[in-house]
Amino acid sequence: MPSISFTLNGKPATLDTAPDRRLLWVLRDDLGLTGSKFGCGIGSCGACTVMVDGKATRSCTTALSAVAGKKVTTIEGLADGEKLAPVQEAFLDHLGFQCGYCTSGMIVTGHALLEQNPKPTREQIVQGMERNYCRCGAHPRIVDAIEAASKTPTVGGGR
Amino acid sequence: MTARTGKPGTAGRNKAPASAKASTAQRPQRTLAEAAAEARALAEAEQMSPEGWGFVDTIDRRDFMRLTATGLLISFSVKPLKGMARPVWNPANLQRPSPDFNAFVHIAANDRVTVLVGKVEMGQGVMTSLPQMAAEELNVAIDKVDVVMGDTELCPFDMGTYGSLSTRTLGPVLRAAAAEGKAVLMQMASEKLGVPVAQLEVVDGVVRSTTDRSKRVSYGELTAGKRIERKVDGAAALEKVGDFSVMGISAPRRDAPEKVTGKAKYAGDMILKGALHARLLRPPAHGATLKSVDTSEAERQPGVRVVKVDEIVAVLHAHRDEADKALKLVKAEWNPSPSTLNDKNIFEHLEKAAPEGRAEQQAGDVAAGERAAATVVSTKYLKGYVAHSPMETHSAAVEIAPDGKVTVWAGTQTPFPLQTQVARALKVPTEKVRVIVPYVGGGFGGKSASAQAIEAARLAQAAGVPVRVIWDRSEEFFYDGFDPATVINIKSGLTAAKKIAFWDYEVIAAGNRGAEHFYDIPHHRTVVRGRWGGTQDGLHPFAVGPWRAPGANANCFARESHIDALAAKAVADPVQFRLDNFARDASGERMRRVLETAAKKFGWTSRPTPSRSGSMGLGVACGIDAGTYVAGIAEVRVNKATGEVKMERVVIAQDMGVVVNPVGALQQLEGCIVMGLGYTLTEELRFRNGEVLDKNYTSYTLPRFSWVPKIEAVFVENNELPPQGGGEPAIILVGAMVGNAIFDATGVRMTQLPLTNARVKAALA
Repeated sequence: MPSISFTLNGKPATLDTAPDRRLLWVLRDDLGLTGSKFGCGIGSCGACTVMVDGKATRSCTTALSAVAGKKVTTIEGLADGEKLAPVQEAFLDHLGFQCGYCTSGMIVTGHALLEQNPKPTREQIVQGMERNYCRCGAHPRIVDAIEAASKTPTVGGGR
Repeated sequence: MTARTGKPGTAGRNKAPASAKASTAQRPQRTLAEAAAEARALAEAEQMSPEGWGFVDTIDRRDFMRLTATGLLISFSVKPLKGMARPVWNPANLQRPSPDFNAFVHIAANDRVTVLVGKVEMGQGVMTSLPQMAAEELNVAIDKVDVVMGDTELCPFDMGTYGSLSTRTLGPVLRAAAAEGKAVLMQMASEKLGVPVAQLEVVDGVVRSTTDRSKRVSYGELTAGKRIERKVDGAAALEKVGDFSVMGISAPRRDAPEKVTGKAKYAGDMILKGALHARLLRPPAHGATLKSVDTSEAERQPGVRVVKVDEIVAVLHAHRDEADKALKLVKAEWNPSPSTLNDKNIFEHLEKAAPEGRAEQQAGDVAAGERAAATVVSTKYLKGYVAHSPMETHSAAVEIAPDGKVTVWAGTQTPFPLQTQVARALKVPTEKVRVIVPYVGGGFGGKSASAQAIEAARLAQAAGVPVRVIWDRSEEFFYDGFDPATVINIKSGLTAAKKIAFWDYEVIAAGNRGAEHFYDIPHHRTVVRGRWGGTQDGLHPFAVGPWRAPGANANCFARESHIDALAAKAVADPVQFRLDNFARDASGERMRRVLETAAKKFGWTSRPTPSRSGSMGLGVACGIDAGTYVAGIAEVRVNKATGEVKMERVVIAQDMGVVVNPVGALQQLEGCIVMGLGYTLTEELRFRNGEVLDKNYTSYTLPRFSWVPKIEAVFVENNELPPQGGGEPAIILVGAMVGNAIFDATGVRMTQLPLTNARVKAALA
């Protein structure tokens, strides 16, 4: 079985497993990174969102082979040591969650959104988050949080 | 800060004992029909029992005793709320007249306070609000209070987390227990310091003399080396609202740091050494029976194990995605379902098949009222089945230790009933089963039943390895206990003086929650046919159960739509019409205060409905749920060409008694509005002949970011009343507010939820 290498949260990772495995389950089952969640399995809900080369990507529909040689960042890799990423800080400040299950995907999507567009309008945030589902109804606070994060000077400095 | 228990242990990762395997093999084969019959019998027994509030005294208390070997331990019991003497959901059919105690407060020698309750944290914030209450009454800083939740071995029995009961019923007794603890400690301090209790005060867990501050002793110093037990006798005085220093102030959520870093563990995140993921063969339709199955190709895949236990056929693999692939290789033939029901003919069926009802609220003579009426309005209101659809699908991990001890990590709202169910399924004593509930990724009532955990336990026993079951989204849609489809018939009318003359109300399949009106009507009758849950043979094509404010969403939609229609007949302002017609009693007064508050906040100016602006309407609704009075006004945009409806702004006024954690209450209210937009605008399960046609989010649409209105909330002050429910009340208004706003904008009355684009477009055409 050929091995697949990529950069995971800033560190090299090499796996000997089938290349058509789903990235989400490789992260969760093989690498023990359970922050990315399973929600729908078809890329609809966004709970599994990770960043691949800085772009928000649904890991439940992404084949492992598709990330070979690329940079994968999960919720576990957003903070710089103890220092949370601005979007994480803002989710704390604005309580952008309830049950917390969609939260990893929301934060990663929001983080990627700000990397692409550091000063989005509120409408652009809503559109950028539109494909992520939250059942508890934390939406207003999630938008508030991302908007607040966009106003912190350090945004865009993540991996 | 928070003592969370239940990390996967290090012990017992070996195969299940041979005896367990043997008992599995000896178990007689049970067909699906027999299993269903047994479940029905259990549920019927529940319905017949006068006092179903249960208690099982089977806690293995060794860990707990270790934890609490010294210190002050207060145990306290919760009396069921009036009208809730029977549990709303009792899947294990637990029986015992009354609980001895439901929760503990422990004060340790290190000054730390621990609250132990069987409730679970599923986003509603009780992990924060319960410690707040204990901190308030004990006069300690909130960060000195730990909380242990949802662990059957450490926490005393609890029937489940539902019905907005955690704050409402547990809150007052938790406060009383903490107050009792403080009284005991004050007495001990008085003896130790030689100062009368009246001259003592407590500042952050330190008791000191008010006259000589050098005389002081901490709670921990008082309890060190001792073990003191007390039961709450209810005599201790509670802190007055005006003296609150912790309650009533927004506290930081304890789950926040773990949830924003991905560290928060849910049942599906419990990775046990050697565990296999199980995917189960599922029927294509409810009522379909297995004709034949061929698992040979799946079995040939590397790493795959096929396990069959009674009616369960499962493929197991260490990796969930490999198990998914293997399941697709299982070939099965099924006998079709006998069901002929679908999402169109269900309403006619419900009207025919629902049991005879009885009047739950009645006065005067409805027929006489109708004869006296100048105007009569008769309308049939419909609502389809709605899924819970928590983002976390039903998930569980089960490990059986060599000594036979079964540990279940499950996303469930009912850890104690589940403990009993697992014990029965595995044929082991209840005390051999420990259920641990980590964070729950949303419940909304849908995780009251926890079949996934029983499946995982049976497979773990049969396979001899730890087993994880994480339902696929299609399983979640198939096995959900849906909010039932409902028909509500209302006939009502006005006198010549524009007062409500009579009210004849029949609700089918939604149950009585929220069915009772709060208007001043001389002749009225509210008949309830069928409940929202439990077993109702043949009434529903699949399971139904509690869904956030069960039944109240349908009842509120129908009642407040109809009141609105009467207001229109009276050519009246819909706010003023309600104020003029509220019951002339304390309840009516409370509702008046809430609606007036909402109208003021909204900036309501008097005008009759419909205003027929064509594109923008205002909708009003009022309701009572979980002891809370709530009124709302929404501004809604209507696109006549597309049928698209968008709530732009909503104002909610809510009287929920004492507000423990204002920001938590606001979060719950916001969640109610957003989730309410789902059942109001899009959510309706499509099904045909037992098959659930909605299998994922490609066809079933949850509320999205762009739907969210500007939400403004006012908590009407009512500190005389203990805290009431906050997780459900506001959601009941959403359907009626939107329907009434569409009527206001267009003059067209929508009578069927959800108000989909297609339905609205057709109605306006």
